[in-house]
Amino acid sequence: MTIPQTLPSSPWTLPSRGRVGMFCFIAAEASIFTIFVVAYLFYLGKSVSGPTPREVLELPIFSSVCLLSSSLTIHLAVEFLRKGKSGAFRAAWGLTLLLGAIFLAATGLEWRRLIVEKGLTISTNLFGTTYYSLVGLHASHVTGGLIGLAVVMVLALAGKVRPEHSGPVDVLSLYWHFVDAVWVVVFTVVYVIGR
Amino acid sequence: MSSESMPIAGAGNLPGAARRVWLETLHEWLITVDHKKLGLMYIGYALFFLVVGGIEATIIRIQLAVPHAHFVSPEVFNRMFTMHGTTMIFFVAMPVLFGFANYLVPLMIGARDMAFPRLNAFSFWMTAFGGLLLYFSFLGGDGLYGAGSAPDVGWWAYAPLTSKAFSRGHSTDYWTVSLLASGFGTIGTAVNLVATILSMRCRGMTLGKMPLLAWLNLVMSGMLLFTITPLTAAQIMLMVDRYLDGHFFDTHAGGSAAIWMHFFWIFGHPEVYVLIIPCFAFVSEIVPVFSRKPIFGYPVMVAATVAIGGVSMSVWAHHMYTIGMTSYENAFFVLTTLAVGVPTGIKIFNWLGTMWGGKIRYAPPMMFCLGFLFQFLIAGLTGIMLGSAPFDWQLGNSYFVVAHFHYVIVGGILFALFAAFYYWYPKMTGRMLNDTLGKWHFWVFLIGFHLTFDFMHIPGLLGMPRRIYTYEPGRGWAIWNMIATIGVAFQIAGILIFVFNLVHSYFRGRVAGDDPWDAWTLEWATSSPPAACNFAVLPEVRSRRPLWDLKHPEDPDWKYE
Repeated sequence: MTIPQTLPSSPWTLPSRGRVGMFCFIAAEASIFTIFVVAYLFYLGKSVSGPTPREVLELPIFSSVCLLSSSLTIHLAVEFLRKGKSGAFRAAWGLTLLLGAIFLAATGLEWRRLIVEKGLTISTNLFGTTYYSLVGLHASHVTGGLIGLAVVMVLALAGKVRPEHSGPVDVLSLYWHFVDAVWVVVFTVVYVIGR
Repeated sequence: MSSESMPIAGAGNLPGAARRVWLETLHEWLITVDHKKLGLMYIGYALFFLVVGGIEATIIRIQLAVPHAHFVSPEVFNRMFTMHGTTMIFFVAMPVLFGFANYLVPLMIGARDMAFPRLNAFSFWMTAFGGLLLYFSFLGGDGLYGAGSAPDVGWWAYAPLTSKAFSRGHSTDYWTVSLLASGFGTIGTAVNLVATILSMRCRGMTLGKMPLLAWLNLVMSGMLLFTITPLTAAQIMLMVDRYLDGHFFDTHAGGSAAIWMHFFWIFGHPEVYVLIIPCFAFVSEIVPVFSRKPIFGYPVMVAATVAIGGVSMSVWAHHMYTIGMTSYENAFFVLTTLAVGVPTGIKIFNWLGTMWGGKIRYAPPMMFCLGFLFQFLIAGLTGIMLGSAPFDWQLGNSYFVVAHFHYVIVGGILFALFAAFYYWYPKMTGRMLNDTLGKWHFWVFLIGFHLTFDFMHIPGLLGMPRRIYTYEPGRGWAIWNMIATIGVAFQIAGILIFVFNLVHSYFRGRVAGDDPWDAWTLEWATSSPPAACNFAVLPEVRSRRPLWDLKHPEDPDWKYE
């Protein structure tokens, strides 16, 4: 038995599976982050020993500006790719990669300062546990994003990324936007509310 | 030399050829990304673990059959109930439901495969790997400490029992890592199902014309994105505590044991709905076909499912009334818990409405659906009882709770699953399951189920706590425990009939044909079993029952929908 097909006249469009898949993945990731944020907020001020956030945390303004600007550059990069400007695409994409790497390096330096100078590790107190977990979870997502960005960069330098690939590249950029948006939440929770 | 070149004459080369075919088949299944093969692998994997988890349950029941029994040691008993719960939820119920969803959703929405076939294979292998890792703990769990081998912290693994001080060795880590691994697989499956259902539908299948099975799996997958992930997060925290000396659940350092309970049940309660919603989907497909009527109240069914999905996210702390929450929290969770019963009740009435005035065929799929309907109703009623905080203060952590949720999981989920097996087995294998054996399976298993779980409520009411190793005689618990254990023998007999039927019918069953039930959804429009491409020509639909339209061109559904 086969179902006969009638005239393919009526338009039939469905949402892009790449975008739907990425939005679902982002929803799942968002709820993982939510649990860590809730744990962070719940344990604020509950450490039985020092150091406290106010004593050791400094606002990471520069690295935050870098990460948030990378959302703009990746958006521009996707637009350039769509319009076929491959040189501009490579430049904007490379800049995104650079800004992300600066952020990650800044996080590394901050951790080094906290561990070496302030003596705060993940096992020092509740603040250390929740802080390194939440910021570390975000940093690991930045790392994952950077690996994805780097793969595209290598392919782009080899001339393999063309305008018809703007769909998948756009899906990857959604993930990067999400990583940036999460940082806004983490920044607010850890460095504004929590300090 | 000559024997090798002659394919038939030489008897010596036959085992070699058979082995090559066997290896090629194995290779084909190992590397497959086909949704039907992966679906069958999920189902086979789950059936294997059903037997394993069933053996563990049997050991528990034998130990509890009489007072002061010493069938197993207390340590082994703890491992058995931990492994039984973990196995049945994560490595039986979820995989078997994902298996059916994998197999059926693309067929029912007229697609050639899932949206992301390779992600699908990845998800299956992560789940499979998780299960193997959990059971590897029997070999590797004791570490260097000579501590217990398999996890023994209970399936919800409350803090601080999971801290290094109380759980030495690696058994708890095996539990954590195996659930983390299978959790990644689950997230992959959920992403895949949503993308498939939203982006792969055939021409004409708007959301309002989707089969209910697709709708309900869409809601289930959407819920999974928000429910399995809190468990993932909590498991990461537990690993931080155990490996990096973190303090998330360390009460000495100001950590909270209650927050683990919250995180676990934010996953744990919606999880029950994640399991039951696909079962609602099976019943919603089977009951109309065996009542010869379209489903009653399709839009209401969809709305009720979405409502269940939403409300069930905010009921989790009804598992925690006894830990001493504020009266506001208690009131909130009582109200949401009672509220989630409303859309569930609507569904039950819709299935009754579908049967009302219908021409009911009492074949095994329908019999199991009817069993499901009555038992799930009772399970829901005891759920309402336990959902009220004062009642729960009396009976929380008693055998009444165990009886309640086994009524949901065995009486509801397992019965609906059996219905699904009898209904879709012909599509998956091309042969019918034996009807007589199916009826024997139904009645024997029904008797066993009721012997075990009806009577299990009573020792709970009499104050028997769950998870105890043994009990004193003279408390009035012994007779009920004995009856519950006798019921297990019937359940085992029922399962054996079922497994025999599965194997026997595969070779000797009546050839099914494409559409043995005279059904209406797209999976019955293709061959049994379907070709790798599912449909030679992708179908186009105009109503919710495309095959009805095809069979009754004089009175098609699309004129009325």
